[in-house]
Amino acid sequence: MQIQAPGRTGPQLNQLMEQTGEGRACLQDVCGQRYLAAGRAGFSLDIYGTPGNALGAWLDGCTIRVHGNAQDAVGDTMNSGSIRIEGMAGDAVGYAMRGGEIFVRDSAGYRCGVHMKASDRTQPLLVIGGTAGSFLGEYLAGGSILVLGIGAENRVPVGNFCGRGMYGGRIILRTRHLPPDLSSRLTVRTPRPEETGQLRQWVGRYCRMFELPPLEVQPEDFQIIEPDSANPCQRLYAGI
Amino acid sequence: MRTELCWPEFEVLRDPVRCVNCKVCVRECANEVHRWDEKTGRVTADESKCVNCQRCVATCPTRALAIAPTRNRLREGAGWQPGLLRQIYRQAETGGVLLSSMGSPAPLPSYWDRLLINASQVTNPSIDPLREPMETRTFLGRRDAPLCRDENGRLVPQKVPGLELETPILFAAMSYGAISYNAHAALAKAAKRLGTFYNTGEGGLHEDFYAYGENTIVQVASGRFGVHPRYLNAGAAVEIKIGQGAKPGIGGHLPGKKITADVARTRMIPPGSDAISPAPHHDIYSIEDLRQLVDSLKEATGGTRPIIVKVAAVHNIAAIASGIARSGADIIAIDGFSGGTGAAPVRIRDNVGIPIELALAAVDQRLRDEQIRGRVSLVVSGSIRSSADVVKAIALGADAVSIGTAALVAMGCHLCRSCHRGLCNWGIASQRPDLVARLDIDQAADRLYNLVTAWTHEIQEMMGGMGINSIDALRGNRLMLRGIGLSETELRVLGVQHAGE
Repeated sequence: MQIQAPGRTGPQLNQLMEQTGEGRACLQDVCGQRYLAAGRAGFSLDIYGTPGNALGAWLDGCTIRVHGNAQDAVGDTMNSGSIRIEGMAGDAVGYAMRGGEIFVRDSAGYRCGVHMKASDRTQPLLVIGGTAGSFLGEYLAGGSILVLGIGAENRVPVGNFCGRGMYGGRIILRTRHLPPDLSSRLTVRTPRPEETGQLRQWVGRYCRMFELPPLEVQPEDFQIIEPDSANPCQRLYAGI
Repeated sequence: MRTELCWPEFEVLRDPVRCVNCKVCVRECANEVHRWDEKTGRVTADESKCVNCQRCVATCPTRALAIAPTRNRLREGAGWQPGLLRQIYRQAETGGVLLSSMGSPAPLPSYWDRLLINASQVTNPSIDPLREPMETRTFLGRRDAPLCRDENGRLVPQKVPGLELETPILFAAMSYGAISYNAHAALAKAAKRLGTFYNTGEGGLHEDFYAYGENTIVQVASGRFGVHPRYLNAGAAVEIKIGQGAKPGIGGHLPGKKITADVARTRMIPPGSDAISPAPHHDIYSIEDLRQLVDSLKEATGGTRPIIVKVAAVHNIAAIASGIARSGADIIAIDGFSGGTGAAPVRIRDNVGIPIELALAAVDQRLRDEQIRGRVSLVVSGSIRSSADVVKAIALGADAVSIGTAALVAMGCHLCRSCHRGLCNWGIASQRPDLVARLDIDQAADRLYNLVTAWTHEIQEMMGGMGINSIDALRGNRLMLRGIGLSETELRVLGVQHAGE
């Protein structure tokens, strides 16, 4: 069902989508409406225009496709589902997401994937095709963040403080230029053969999803950043 | 030869006449203070491990045990107390940030103790709560919804999300992980019986406790542990935790050793890995951002749940509360300097933040001055130790109070301030199954029920004495309070007159 967004708030659009009962909806001319699909489950959504902040926050199983750019806090604390953005995304993409996947075709802003985490049943995935801003994957506790750095092959594809305080999961950069300020508590290596297979699958999906020419995956082009401990606080405290 | 700079803080006094060497103390002490000595055939003690939790004293069948402060004295010096030396030795040895638990033991003034409650004499006679109705029912949520009328001029009832409490006392936020399954179960059961609420803290909601949803406040903090749409909709309200009185400005760390399989499932993280709640929410940098989180939670819960924003009492609390009131939050929870915790850096706990009494008075006054007091309810916590504190808090402007430490004490806690070790001998702040099993859920729930019921009776007595028969008439009624031994500045901030005035 086609829904015209102008003149309606995000919560009103959410209600209309639910009322269709069709399990799918297409929003036209979206311009900054916030909280689209927040906390929702079980439907498929096409968005034309630019959705506002907190798109798919607390998401629990929808499929969302944005034919355009997105603003801040996409997929905040999302539990499951799939979001793809055919353009750029703002700050704090996938903050604290625990499951599901977010694919951003182009670049994303600051604080992406902060405190993403995995559970015994879920492994979240955040793929950013272009570059990512500072604080990428800060406090990362689980899941995978993949930055392809397309168009930024000759420079570092992320901003400052990448992976600061992370204690689980991994950040994978397609680059030969490591961030110069990586913490000494992080380890860096190239992918193992089984990981290369997984990377080929993710990169292949990314290229097909956004109808881009295939991207070759060579293990030496990728850097996997991981924490050296899942218990960083142990070393910090002296109980009295 | 090894030299131990830190001396034992306590002495285990064992009456050799009474002790029958039954070894109960050996079994009960998870800190392994008491030991059975095969050679001498007697129970002996390693006092260096004692935290003075009183478990052995309470379980000794012949009352042969007592724990006392050590007689060992360092050379006296007012500026350098033995506790400080101990902390320096410990830090010199480990290089670690000092960590302790529960509220600050620092000897800062308690303003509750400097406030006195009024009573009626001759005129406006006092009321006997045993004979006359005395209303303690409390509603939390915004109160300034505009009146709506239909075309015939009849009032259309507005559905405003809120909480209804039988008594103005809630249980404070304590997570499963920081406290045990049994402690959570007792809090949930007691909250249901009392017609009030307990709070999940940032530990998720155990599957078994969804049944208590109507009496549950679910928390969303910076780590977002265990937060998903079903969780958000399971409780009666959602609390955004920004800060906590025991450790304003910093986050929380639950060490991996407390993340058992069950805690991990509830928090939705892998077992054994630390659970870190960062100091800030990475999506909140302004009141506008807070509003976005409030609104997105309202959207995820269909607008049916009140949203609470919990902050620590800090220097600019009045301005902060004003911002929160404008963010769309329905309830502001303010936690004071003396609030408890499962673990906090000592320096933060003892030096950061301000007393709740001053924060509450300042916030209530500011919200009144700005004419937005009706937009939010105020819930305060952090050193509510008795029903008198509750009455004083409400007279200073609170709508309700939360009790954490008092609730734990009701369940058996002896304030040994060692929760961070995870070896709570009372089964409250531990995840070790044999220790958790010591806390009888039904008994603990009964004790919580009794405590809050007793306090409620006392509140009614004090209200009756003032000639007030409804908690609403006490709220913000500062004329019912007088200060004693307070400076002009303190009286001005508290908004009360001095006794005798």
